[in-house]
Amino acid sequence: MSRLSIFTQNEAQKTVEQLYKDLERRVVASPPGLCPVDLATSFLRMCHAQSCGKCVPCRIGLGQLQALMESVLDGKAQMKTIDVIERTAESIFLSADCAIGYEAARMVLKGVRGFRGDFEEHIRNGRCSGTVSQPVPCVAQCPAGVDVPGYIALIHEGRYYDAVRLIRKDNPLPATCGLICEHPCEVRCRRTMVDDPINIRGLKRFAVEHAGDVSVPKCLKPTGKKVAVIGGGPGGLSAAYYLALMGHDVTIYEQRKQLGGMLRYGIPSYRLPRETLDKEIETLLSVGIKTVTNVRVGDDIPIKELRENCDAMYVAIGAHVDRKIGIEGEDAKGVLSAVEMLRSIGDYDMPDFSGKRVVVVGGGNVAMDVARSAVRLKAKSVTIAYRRRKVDMTALPEEVEGAVAEGCEVLDLHAPIRIEKDDQGRVAALWVKPQIVGPIQDGRPKPVNSSEPEVRIPCEIVLVAVGQGIDSLKFGEYGIPIRRGAIEALDWSGVKNTEGVFAGGDCVTGPATVIRAIAAGKVAAANIDEYLGFSHKVRNDVEIPPVRLDDRRSCGRINLKEREAALRIKDFKLMECGMTEEEARQESGRCLRCDHFGYGVFKGGRVREW
Amino acid sequence: MVKLIIDGREVNVPENTTILEAAASVGIKIPTLCYLKNLNEIGACRICMVEIEGYEKLFTACNNPVREGMVIHTNSRKVWKVRRNNLQLLLSQHDVNCALCVRNGNCSLQTLASEMDIRMVPFDKQIPFQKGSRKFPLIKDYTKCIKCMRCIQVCDKVQTCSIWDVVNTGSRATVDVKNVLRLEESDCTLCGQCLTHCPVGALIERDDTGKVWDALDDPEKIVVVQIAPSVRAAWGEDLGLKPEFATVKRLAAALRQVGFDYIFDTDFSADLTIMEEASEFLEKLKNKDHEKFPMFTSCCPGWVRFVKGYFPEFVDQVSTAKSPQQMFGAIAKSYYAKILNVDPSRIFSVSIMPCISKKQECALPVMNDAGAGQDVDVVLTTREIDRMIKAAHIIPQGLKEEELDMPLGLGSGAGVIFGATGGVMEAALRTASYFVTGKNPDPDAFRQVRGMQGWREAEFDLAGQTLKVAMVNGLGNARKLLKKLKKGKVSYDFVEVMACPGGCVGGGGQPIHDGYEMAPERGEILYRLDRQSQLRFSHENPSIKQCYADFLGQPLSERAHHLLHTDHHAWKMPGEL
Repeated sequence: MSRLSIFTQNEAQKTVEQLYKDLERRVVASPPGLCPVDLATSFLRMCHAQSCGKCVPCRIGLGQLQALMESVLDGKAQMKTIDVIERTAESIFLSADCAIGYEAARMVLKGVRGFRGDFEEHIRNGRCSGTVSQPVPCVAQCPAGVDVPGYIALIHEGRYYDAVRLIRKDNPLPATCGLICEHPCEVRCRRTMVDDPINIRGLKRFAVEHAGDVSVPKCLKPTGKKVAVIGGGPGGLSAAYYLALMGHDVTIYEQRKQLGGMLRYGIPSYRLPRETLDKEIETLLSVGIKTVTNVRVGDDIPIKELRENCDAMYVAIGAHVDRKIGIEGEDAKGVLSAVEMLRSIGDYDMPDFSGKRVVVVGGGNVAMDVARSAVRLKAKSVTIAYRRRKVDMTALPEEVEGAVAEGCEVLDLHAPIRIEKDDQGRVAALWVKPQIVGPIQDGRPKPVNSSEPEVRIPCEIVLVAVGQGIDSLKFGEYGIPIRRGAIEALDWSGVKNTEGVFAGGDCVTGPATVIRAIAAGKVAAANIDEYLGFSHKVRNDVEIPPVRLDDRRSCGRINLKEREAALRIKDFKLMECGMTEEEARQESGRCLRCDHFGYGVFKGGRVREW
Repeated sequence: MVKLIIDGREVNVPENTTILEAAASVGIKIPTLCYLKNLNEIGACRICMVEIEGYEKLFTACNNPVREGMVIHTNSRKVWKVRRNNLQLLLSQHDVNCALCVRNGNCSLQTLASEMDIRMVPFDKQIPFQKGSRKFPLIKDYTKCIKCMRCIQVCDKVQTCSIWDVVNTGSRATVDVKNVLRLEESDCTLCGQCLTHCPVGALIERDDTGKVWDALDDPEKIVVVQIAPSVRAAWGEDLGLKPEFATVKRLAAALRQVGFDYIFDTDFSADLTIMEEASEFLEKLKNKDHEKFPMFTSCCPGWVRFVKGYFPEFVDQVSTAKSPQQMFGAIAKSYYAKILNVDPSRIFSVSIMPCISKKQECALPVMNDAGAGQDVDVVLTTREIDRMIKAAHIIPQGLKEEELDMPLGLGSGAGVIFGATGGVMEAALRTASYFVTGKNPDPDAFRQVRGMQGWREAEFDLAGQTLKVAMVNGLGNARKLLKKLKKGKVSYDFVEVMACPGGCVGGGGQPIHDGYEMAPERGEILYRLDRQSQLRFSHENPSIKQCYADFLGQPLSERAHHLLHTDHHAWKMPGEL
């Protein structure tokens, strides 16, 4: 016997480690709409398997909780069983010795308090209140409900033209989304259970880039109804496109020189080249949409007047107002909001940051956009000051990584406190207060001031990217309900008390994603059509290829490459490279076809029209 | 010093005092279940939870130290609810069949449930399956185990045998035999320390009272019973008697009422053991260059199992003398049968022992030298005989002292102290000294060997020869000693080993007092009896003298060899080659 020995994993332990990974992926890919009581009970079972068995609350308590919850699931429990569950979980939470026990109990408590109704339903009626209604994860997760398995199958067959046509049934901006969509469709992709989610956005981009010019469908018979769309961003464009296809007479009113909204005035061209955007807008408009640019509805045209001259109105004004940090010295020369800066870039008015030290305040995607744009505008240095930790940034991790790769310095856990001016009122430095990470609030740890002294970051430019507001004042005056600056719209896009007025996108939700704006436009189009007394269907005649039989052997996900950092920072050209044909074929072949395999073949697998 | 408030009372205690002890220092009782001071401070049962102001969670009092300024509530509503819940959880997996349980009335779980006024359990009954042999002297009742882990700790830390361990995870986590599947396949020494540290009836001895009742009922049987030295120091505890009252003579009276025919004393055969063992030792000393030293005592069967199981290389150094129990058995069915002039097969030989291991010892295939079946037919623990006395509805408080039967009911003070650690050594030295010098030494000349420390050493002059001896009690200490012997770090001439801490007075068959070790007090009683005895030397015991004169001849004679000595290699421990 040796006194000490080196720990080596045996085969069983190695296998268990792999199973943990499998389980992690499985949880990530958990389909929506499952029975929360059943899931909570299953989680509890797993928690219990982790128990060493030393202490009573964990060893016996977690097992008894399972028995109680099983009795609920089986409809054999009484209402007071819920109280026993809650009491027991509370007691375990309070008295378990280590986190294996008390955190398991906390999960049960969360459940019994968060979905008590589901417990009651099982007890009262002996069944689950939910039903499976979203069988295809990617389609369910896409706000616009794009037929993802359909177009991936088409891509696999080389039918890129049809793929783009199919996408346009639900999303009129496939080229844009192929480049910049946040791809919620990938989050719960069932392929994750096998290995990794499908690179859906990458495939979409590939399809668009290889489809050639895809013509738009013919519009239905003119209805003679006039619809005004306020805002030429992705939401307005989408609503306009579908309304025009339905035969309505649509006019977009845009306050800026060009259409595109945040796609043009918020997203830098190295992510979404202007040619791609222009071409996509041009295609959209070709269905016969009228546009009026450089006009501010509410100022140049009274809302009332506009409303009186149309049959319905869709408000999709976005969230374009910059937010201030609210610190001393924010009025200094050299302080720019991200919105302002990206807007001027959008109209090819490029600021010159040559030799300047730039500090970006914020941690969202917009902060990364301005930071990376500043690099391309030849800033001497770019520092991103953020009050939370780097991992807490709301920007996509790949955006943060990209910024760092391009030379941006991330100074996390530093909260801006004031901007120092020189004697001419120009920015001299940003002062920041070091933070210490604190308790979790709403899923993110809240930073609090540390006792470290304030830090001075000398700079000439401060770019503020701390969120955007909505310019809703005039709409409020018109009578549209406003809450905390946002337009209050119902889930079908209607607006209370204002006949024929619909609203959606960022101006309702606050700054969100392109695909959510598109989805809002789609929903608005359907309901406006309905409001105008019609029931036009948007449909598509693309034949979906039959499924391929496949053993679904594991195969890694193809990630998109980027141009070399040292090269791409010299220009504003697209930095991401698309898939090769070989890659697209392999990647599209990984799709599990949940529209056919699984519940999809039975119900809800394909929505052919809306 | 740390100042804090417990239940509104100001408490001042040294730093690192546990909350439990701090509370106890001002007379506040915090209930515990798994806790055993210095042995099991693992916070497993979660009964001793207390509320500390400023924290949402509760903390265990048994293993968390106090801090300056703490404000503790030991009996708030929140504490009350959590404790109850944890106890109810325990009860949900415990076969609450108290009336049939051997620990009924001496069970910490039962007491707690009663104290907490628990009348129902809102959980499913989840009783584990029972398994394992009911024939082995130590029985684990899986339906009763509350997984307090004390048995694991005492076997690991005190006895270093690690027979028990936690097996399985989650709700299936339980205490089970380590490495092998069945207890009887393990190197368990049957010391019974796990049993006496069990707060419930999850570890029990095999109940042999039925066999004794049957024998008592059998008119053909002459039922003789021997009372081990340490039993007289403890038998009254389970019957509510004070030690001064619970004398061996009152036990004799009770045993007669129960129906035993002849009441004898193992002290007699302890004296016999001394005659043989001292002679054996002196023989070895004469041949010092060719013998291996130390010689080890052999009266503790737990120790014999231990040395065979863990240190077989030392087995040849263990005295060949049988234990007093087995010597008595062999004499009862030979010499005493002759005295009674009956066929030895009519004698049913019972022993009352502080020990579980003795139950296995009497059944060893080599322990039938008198030729009438097992020399000792049944071994009862002190607890079992107390149960028999209760079952006979004897009022113990009304017992009058009665003499034991002769000649085997007579023992010396040297025989009495066999029941405490160091006693065998002292008794042997008294007689060895006489054997060598022909003169009795001062009976207290060897008092240096007494004490409760785990490993003691002493040196004596024996007719010009320096004798180095050691006494160890508790198998952990035995292991330490043997390891050092192996490495040549220590050397002795004679070593006494007792498997149980304190010797037989702390034996695994003695009455159980949860959380309290009675061995030192019981040991004191034995030394008092020795002091008060007219007879302080084994070799002066007239019954012994007579036995040699009439029957055995000399110590180490051929007959003595046949009846009173044994071959430790003649049987095997489970893993022994």
